Amino acid sequence: MSRKSLISIGDFTKEEILHVLETAKEFEQNRVQNFLEGKVIASLFFEPSTRTRLSFETAINRLGAKVIGFSDASNTSQSKGETLKDTIKMVSNYVDMIVMRHPLEGSSRYASEEASVPVVNAGDGANQHPSQTLLDLYSILQTQGTLEGLTINMVGDLKYGRTTHSLLQAMSHFHPKFIFTAPEELKMPKEYKEFLDSKGIEYIETTSLDDYLNECDILYMTRVQQERFTDPMEYERVKDVYRLEASMLNNVRDNMKILHPLPRVTEIDQDVDDTPYAYYFKQAENGLYVRMAIISYLLGYR
Amino acid sequence: MSRKELVVSALENGTVLDHIPAENVYKALRILNLEGIENQITIGINLNSRQHGRKGIIKIADKFFADDELNKLALLAPEATVNVIKDFKVVEKKKVVMPEEVVGIAKCMNPKCVTNHQPIKTRFTVKAKGNDISLLCHYCEKISDTKGVF
Repeated sequence: MSRKSLISIGDFTKEEILHVLETAKEFEQNRVQNFLEGKVIASLFFEPSTRTRLSFETAINRLGAKVIGFSDASNTSQSKGETLKDTIKMVSNYVDMIVMRHPLEGSSRYASEEASVPVVNAGDGANQHPSQTLLDLYSILQTQGTLEGLTINMVGDLKYGRTTHSLLQAMSHFHPKFIFTAPEELKMPKEYKEFLDSKGIEYIETTSLDDYLNECDILYMTRVQQERFTDPMEYERVKDVYRLEASMLNNVRDNMKILHPLPRVTEIDQDVDDTPYAYYFKQAENGLYVRMAIISYLLGYR
Repeated sequence: MSRKELVVSALENGTVLDHIPAENVYKALRILNLEGIENQITIGINLNSRQHGRKGIIKIADKFFADDELNKLALLAPEATVNVIKDFKVVEKKKVVMPEEVVGIAKCMNPKCVTNHQPIKTRFTVKAKGNDISLLCHYCEKISDTKGVF
């Protein structure tokens, strides 16, 4: 049996990414699968989440496995001071796989080193969220018909927004061009720009949403996440910096699609929902098929 | 030259670490675990150096290091030279080599990194561009510079 974990999108090769996307397509066509019957998977959410947790747990159920776990660390032994290592060692004796979200960065990598079963990172603070990245890739592939040579405009919180960091790493396999639209305070961090430089991938930085709206294939909007800020004043300055409205979309490319990891607040007006460019709700649905595919692959079934 | 000075300078057996940036001498003692050992140690700080302006030097009597131990010094002093002394003679002179990985000695600068909250040995990949050295955390995947972490 496979013992591979998925912690960071960099853990998957280009071939593995494409394989998971292919499998997700199979599950989208037929979401009733039962080949994991008899398996138990732990869903350990040390930090609250709606979409990610429900979609992972639905994926587990649709594959025929059972779920144990918690959605709030406050009623676990962590609140009594148990170390993460002890919790993980104990749980991995019970289950076949661990799906984990934790507010500390690097916690999932650490857990995967201590666990005797595969670990799937469902978000470790502002660091990585690889299943989100794979569902973003799946959504890009479904809407554009290819992953090759696309222009991706990332908008909003590019400093703390982990989804944009992982997406740019994953897209780097496919010769993309990036536009980073962010206020000064929330610009793409140096390490990611250095990564792109090292791969010879072109990027443009701007503070204005209007600048490159009409020149991209994917508009990847993000929320400014209050919970990631250590300085409340910084949050107040930037929280409402961008707002996309339907009237701004008159001259965009025909194939352009708007993605958003959700939840959205004010950055996409509701009037955008009815335009042909909105794809974020379907994107969230895609998460189910992609998570089914990730679990199947890591357990050695697909 | 007085006799007293000679006693301090000459090393019968041991290791001389030279060309350490003056400001990093104390950190160098820490990174090499020389604090609290019982060997005789002579340190010089702000000595004149033709190449580096002001340098530091550390002489440790009766102590010889394994290469990977010494190479940790490259993080603080990429230009450091190591002189191995036996019987008052330099029997080996070498440069430190930048290690690829640093385990257990540096601290991650990211306050939200798991290594700052759980009892975990830190692990970094060393990224060196000339004398500009940074450390990539194996866990949180953030970059720390070498100024704050030792």
